[in-house]
Amino acid sequence: MGLLRRYYLWLVLAAIVLFATLPIPAFWVAQLNYIGLFALTCLGLVLLTGVAGLTSFGQAAFVGIGAYTTAWCALNLGWPPTLTLLLGVTLTGFSAWVIGRITLRLSGHYLPLATIAWGLSLYYLMGNLEALGKYDGLIGLNSLTLFGHEIGQGQGFFMVSWGLLWVATVALTFLLNSRPGRAIRSLKEGRQMAEAMGVDTFGYKVTIFVIAAVLASVAGWLMAYYQRAVNPSAFGLKWGIEYLFMVVVGGAGSLWGAWLGAGVVRVLDEQLQTWLPQLLGMSGSFESIIFGVMLVLMLKYRPDGLWSWVQQGIGKTERVCNWDDAKALAQRPKPAVGDVVLDVQKISKNFGGLVAVNGISFQVRAGQIVGLIGPNGAGKSTTFNLITGTLPLSSGEVYFGGQPVHGLHARDIAKRGLMRTFQHVKMIPEMSVLDNVAIGAHARSQGEVFGAILRRNRGEEKSIMAEAERQLKRVGLGDWMHEQAANLPMGQQRLMEIARALCADPTLLLLDEPAAGLRYLEKQELIHVLRQLQSEGMSILLVEHDMDLVMDVCESIVVMEFGTYLTQGRPDQVQADPKVRAAYLGTEH
Amino acid sequence: MDITIAGMLAVDGLTNGAIYALLGLATVMVFVVTRVIFIPQGEFVAFGALTLAMFIDHKVPGTVWLLLIMAFAVALQEGIGVLRSGATVKQFLKCTVKPLLIPVITAGFSIWLAPYDLPMWSMVSLSLALVTAMGPLLYRLAYQSLESATPLVLLIVSVGVHFALTGLALLFFGPEGFRNPAFWDERLQIGAVPINGQAVIIFVTALLFILALWYFFGNTLFGKALRATAVNRNGARLMGISTHTAGQLTFTLAAFIGALSGLLIGPTTTILYDSGFLIGLKGFVAAVIAGLASYPGALVVALGVGLVEAFSAFWASAFKEVIVFALILPALWLRSRHVTDDEEEH
Repeated sequence: MGLLRRYYLWLVLAAIVLFATLPIPAFWVAQLNYIGLFALTCLGLVLLTGVAGLTSFGQAAFVGIGAYTTAWCALNLGWPPTLTLLLGVTLTGFSAWVIGRITLRLSGHYLPLATIAWGLSLYYLMGNLEALGKYDGLIGLNSLTLFGHEIGQGQGFFMVSWGLLWVATVALTFLLNSRPGRAIRSLKEGRQMAEAMGVDTFGYKVTIFVIAAVLASVAGWLMAYYQRAVNPSAFGLKWGIEYLFMVVVGGAGSLWGAWLGAGVVRVLDEQLQTWLPQLLGMSGSFESIIFGVMLVLMLKYRPDGLWSWVQQGIGKTERVCNWDDAKALAQRPKPAVGDVVLDVQKISKNFGGLVAVNGISFQVRAGQIVGLIGPNGAGKSTTFNLITGTLPLSSGEVYFGGQPVHGLHARDIAKRGLMRTFQHVKMIPEMSVLDNVAIGAHARSQGEVFGAILRRNRGEEKSIMAEAERQLKRVGLGDWMHEQAANLPMGQQRLMEIARALCADPTLLLLDEPAAGLRYLEKQELIHVLRQLQSEGMSILLVEHDMDLVMDVCESIVVMEFGTYLTQGRPDQVQADPKVRAAYLGTEH
Repeated sequence: MDITIAGMLAVDGLTNGAIYALLGLATVMVFVVTRVIFIPQGEFVAFGALTLAMFIDHKVPGTVWLLLIMAFAVALQEGIGVLRSGATVKQFLKCTVKPLLIPVITAGFSIWLAPYDLPMWSMVSLSLALVTAMGPLLYRLAYQSLESATPLVLLIVSVGVHFALTGLALLFFGPEGFRNPAFWDERLQIGAVPINGQAVIIFVTALLFILALWYFFGNTLFGKALRATAVNRNGARLMGISTHTAGQLTFTLAAFIGALSGLLIGPTTTILYDSGFLIGLKGFVAAVIAGLASYPGALVVALGVGLVEAFSAFWASAFKEVIVFALILPALWLRSRHVTDDEEEH
């Protein structure tokens, strides 16, 4: 069984080859061919919808660009399939890039909205251009011929289309299990965490949108040769919606959901189109009623799609630990104990008329744990967000390691070695603890999309995994490595966030209420970890409400009240300070 | 192009623009209160126009059956829910009969009155009542249990609802198109520009309704409750405003606006079972360009969309839809240049 799991990709390929040679009735070969084409388009949608939390209704339009480019060039210029593929993919990729650049900076629902409008306008464009044969489309293409072999419309075509589907699935599997893949998965949980790990979220969004479009374009290329004709009806918004339907039915969370969804929907579509008009005594596309209702019911009762049932049966495979011989990732030079690491000078933040933070200054020295405390609403979290670049400063300056970092992007500040955790744990719940921690190493590694697809990243991946394991052991989570992150108790999730930050080899750690919601023993464990980090020379800035913990671990404490600086000193000094007592407990009148 | 043609095109564009404005307002309203991007808004337009066409033909409109199906589905859904929580017979009856009440009465009246020669106002009222009653039912069937889902999931649900409603419209209205008689076929003349009575009616009704909406949101308790829900759902809930009620109310209004737009546009163009979608989407384009947040913004952009459509129909009629829908891309591009970090976080 273990072997079966390891080599399942090869097994799938073997099954495809077997099917291509078995005597299968022509009707089913045709069905399978369409399923292959649809699944290819759906793969990109899984990447967008299930993995990254974006979605597009414009996939059909991208299929259309691929198909029309192919048909037009083959008919008018006599281009061979290799050239038409190249041009189709280039055109599609470019249009996706433009649309992505325009819409992906806006909040999540603008991309689907823009793709609806774009899909509609492209449909009417294809249907009205004289050169593209208006609504009749283009007809009379030859069958697909590759390297001198005519592929035809039968099982040869099955071999080619499913072969490509297999290649695309394998490529995306490799991609998702890599540095850029983890960055792509982190997009779904909002951009704050990803950016704090040094991930260029906008860049990755555009990239996967282009990848999805290119896959659709390849499907369009195949479709043009398979049908030997193209017309706008297969590329309208109705089909854009139907592709999304396949993905929701199959399961947006897994690449295999695209295969399953395309298969189920195609077969269902075929059956409903025959039976419904007979049943209702009227001709028309009544299957849309069933599909529409099914889509709503799926989202209500089975949002993870049909594949989740299969997944439950199979179970998850544990990652094989193969990184004993890995090269260590490069480390940044560390400041000597006692040097000023963080220098905050008179920073302020106004939200309209409200001054949330007013002229706060303090320093953190290497090897120090500094606590930032204050009653609720004192502006501690805002101060944190200002230092890390999550919020833009209204005024003031921040120096990190002697360099000014005010005005920089959160991502760039993170790359300089200032790492943070979050008040509400931000993680990718369906990924393993190890993979979650590995995101922390994003800024320390270079592997990009193409390298991941071609598996040229294996060395670096091993180094990243080795580092992630090392940091997990450092915070005492070594035994939880392969667990799904969502299954960890709260205390462990917070430690996991610390390990993720450590994975970036930081000079300074910013911990935002790490003890919130922890039980007594979990707190003791946290204190132990913090002490140990300090003994290893780490500098830490801590925002915390838990006075026991703060007084216990901090060497120096900064107290804030109503956005202003109150005092700074050793724990015993701060505890004795009447101003601090007044801030927390009120004054006698 | 001379001034007369330009004037005619402008009148034409603004008349359609007024309808897009109504639909755009409905889209913005539904989005801010429920976070649902309501793609099927246009379906109500077709339902409104076709229902009236059926009444004019002395037929029982298909909306009657659709309304009854939806009402019984809601009753079933509520009944099962109540039974599962182990309720008494009395509670069970209360929960199942309540959603049936208005739909069954409206449907009953429609079936009874359809064969007679009715005055226009009563056919219009019946059509509005039939379609409006679908609004809250649709919300309960498709959206209510998903209230806390992400806008993305709600959007996909909307697309599913659109698919289902288009198919059902074909089933209940058939494939033929209808063009309703004008409510007022007076021809007026302003300077060199001729204006027909229907355009005046569309304009005045849209304007009155927008004013009424403004009054509703600004000065009535229900309107204020909806606004509160739009600003902060949890806060509103703590103040005793039910998000269920808010959602149902919003969908009632949206269905009413859709039906009204359908009645208004019915005499100016042929309506088929699926024409509503494109009409609704143009209101939708206006709402999206205005950022799905601003009512006056949606109003102004909708009038602009109407004008662009009218003038592009004159210069490049085949590409009129291409131009209108492609408009959204440069508009979003402009918007994304002014995006702040807060807006991106979602």
